[in-house]
Amino acid sequence: MVGDVSDLDPASDPREEPASRGVPGQVPAVPAGQAHAPIPAVAHDDVIDDAIENPVFIAEKLSVSYGISPAVLDVSLRVPEKQITAFIGPSGCGKSTIIRCFNRMNDLIPAARVDGIVRYHGLDLYGGEIDSVQVRKRIGMVFQKPNPFPKSIYDNIAFGPKVLGMKGSMDQIVEQALRRASLWDDVKDRLKDNAFGMSGGQQQRLCIARALATNPDVLLMDEPCSALDPISTGRIEDLMHELKETVSIVIVTHNMQQAARVSDRTAFFIVDMGSSEEARIGRLVEYGPTDRIFTNPHDIRTEEYVSGKFG
Amino acid sequence: MTTRAESSRPVSEVLGVPPAAHKVRDRSFVLLLGALTSVALIVLAVLLIDTAIDGVPQLSLSFLTSFPSAFPAKAGIESAITGTLWLMGVVTFVIVPLGVASALYLEEFADNSRWWNRIIEVNIQNLAAVPSIVYGILGLAYIVRGPLSLGRTVLAGGLTLALVVLPVVIITGREALRAVPPSIKEGALALGATRWQAIWRQILPASIPGIATGVILSISRAIGETAPLILVGAATFVAFNPTGLDSPFTALPLQIFSWISQPNDQFRMLAAAAIIVLLVLLVLLNAVAIRLRNRYQQRW
Repeated sequence: MVGDVSDLDPASDPREEPASRGVPGQVPAVPAGQAHAPIPAVAHDDVIDDAIENPVFIAEKLSVSYGISPAVLDVSLRVPEKQITAFIGPSGCGKSTIIRCFNRMNDLIPAARVDGIVRYHGLDLYGGEIDSVQVRKRIGMVFQKPNPFPKSIYDNIAFGPKVLGMKGSMDQIVEQALRRASLWDDVKDRLKDNAFGMSGGQQQRLCIARALATNPDVLLMDEPCSALDPISTGRIEDLMHELKETVSIVIVTHNMQQAARVSDRTAFFIVDMGSSEEARIGRLVEYGPTDRIFTNPHDIRTEEYVSGKFG
Repeated sequence: MTTRAESSRPVSEVLGVPPAAHKVRDRSFVLLLGALTSVALIVLAVLLIDTAIDGVPQLSLSFLTSFPSAFPAKAGIESAITGTLWLMGVVTFVIVPLGVASALYLEEFADNSRWWNRIIEVNIQNLAAVPSIVYGILGLAYIVRGPLSLGRTVLAGGLTLALVVLPVVIITGREALRAVPPSIKEGALALGATRWQAIWRQILPASIPGIATGVILSISRAIGETAPLILVGAATFVAFNPTGLDSPFTALPLQIFSWISQPNDQFRMLAAAAIIVLLVLLVLLNAVAIRLRNRYQQRW
């Protein structure tokens, strides 16, 4: 039912004026009968262009707050399958916060509070019966700073398959994961060496291989290249192009050129400067095919950002 | 080939004249620090030399393998050494699981906004500073007599010493766990590991060198403790090795204490020899701890 193009009921249009939004603590007012109403897969806005069939994620009026102050407000977008979606924007705009809703990593922060709906293949990720551990088995994540475990290269890859109880030859699983991350030729002779002996770029590709070893459906990448040099960054971008054959990728980046190079679709976030640090609120400004966002942005703020006028 | 060009202008004209007092003050400050440091070193050296002069001639294989005796020439420390080893065995057996479990609870599970967790934390910090004789009284009242009624046995002595060092083990254990960056836990959880799997398979193994260092340092503190053992009533004249947890015992510091209080000078020489043995044990333990730390220390 998700992605039903024929249903164009304007009543279920998730758009709403941001100013008219209520207290962020409240669950968005979706009429009870419409909770599972089909969401039209058409461009519902001039700036939020997400006519996507079979989206892997649907965010509906997603808001995250830490303590009392909202960090990101009212994000609604659809993430396509087997493509690369980039989240860009100045720091503090909440792009990392939003990506962490997609695998429920925000659960680890006690003060974090998520309102709105995130659907993963139509399933409400924050629904009562959902086990966050189960979610993370399907949705892998790569972090800003490479975080290999202080163990051998082999053990780094094998950890995920082991905790998931995957069947089959572990040697094969490890080799396959390293090949998919195009790291096999670099490390096949030193699988027993400590992962900390690798270069930063190799460590990050090891983290990607580690995430791939459990055969995830989605790979979330939170500024994966911000700690790397341009050559390592290029290798990871090449890798992303290969990977999107098999997995859907969402990448957060503050590097606009990177978003332009790798992504199929781009979402631009902005931070509303409030009177104080706490009053900063991130919002989604514009979302659509990457080439359109960069060549023909509809919102003046997007245009200024992609043309380098701020941020 | 090229020699330095002669300065065309005198240094003082370019850089100005430094105040003479600065150099003097600099020098005297360094001298003062050196003098203060040497006070501690001199005291230590005098003690060591004095002990060595008295003790080294007494050291022999028969000293290590004889039991206490009324005759200084026949007396030795075998039962004290075995007693100390038994005690340390009990201490290790108790502090490792209790210390690690408490540290894990406080670091990974305790919700700091709850008042009881804050009380536990403050109390553990305070307990680390409680004089060991107080633990001796506790051990006498509740372990030797009272609810546990274990009597003056190896087990009672070991449990009392374990109480003395447990707070330190917990505190160093927490530090070792905290030294593992949160990104390791995040990485494990992001792969679909449960909280328990992340802790048991990644965080705990990564913090073992730090925990082990804390345990060894705690044991080396426990080895020298005398006051609590006197209170729990360890004997000072035990002419046999402990046969089990329920056996009476003595320990090296107790043997030293007992010999030093003898009027016969010969026994004081024996005490000096026993001090040397205790010091060697301590240095060995600390060396192992330092080696562990240097070898496995993870640079994140």
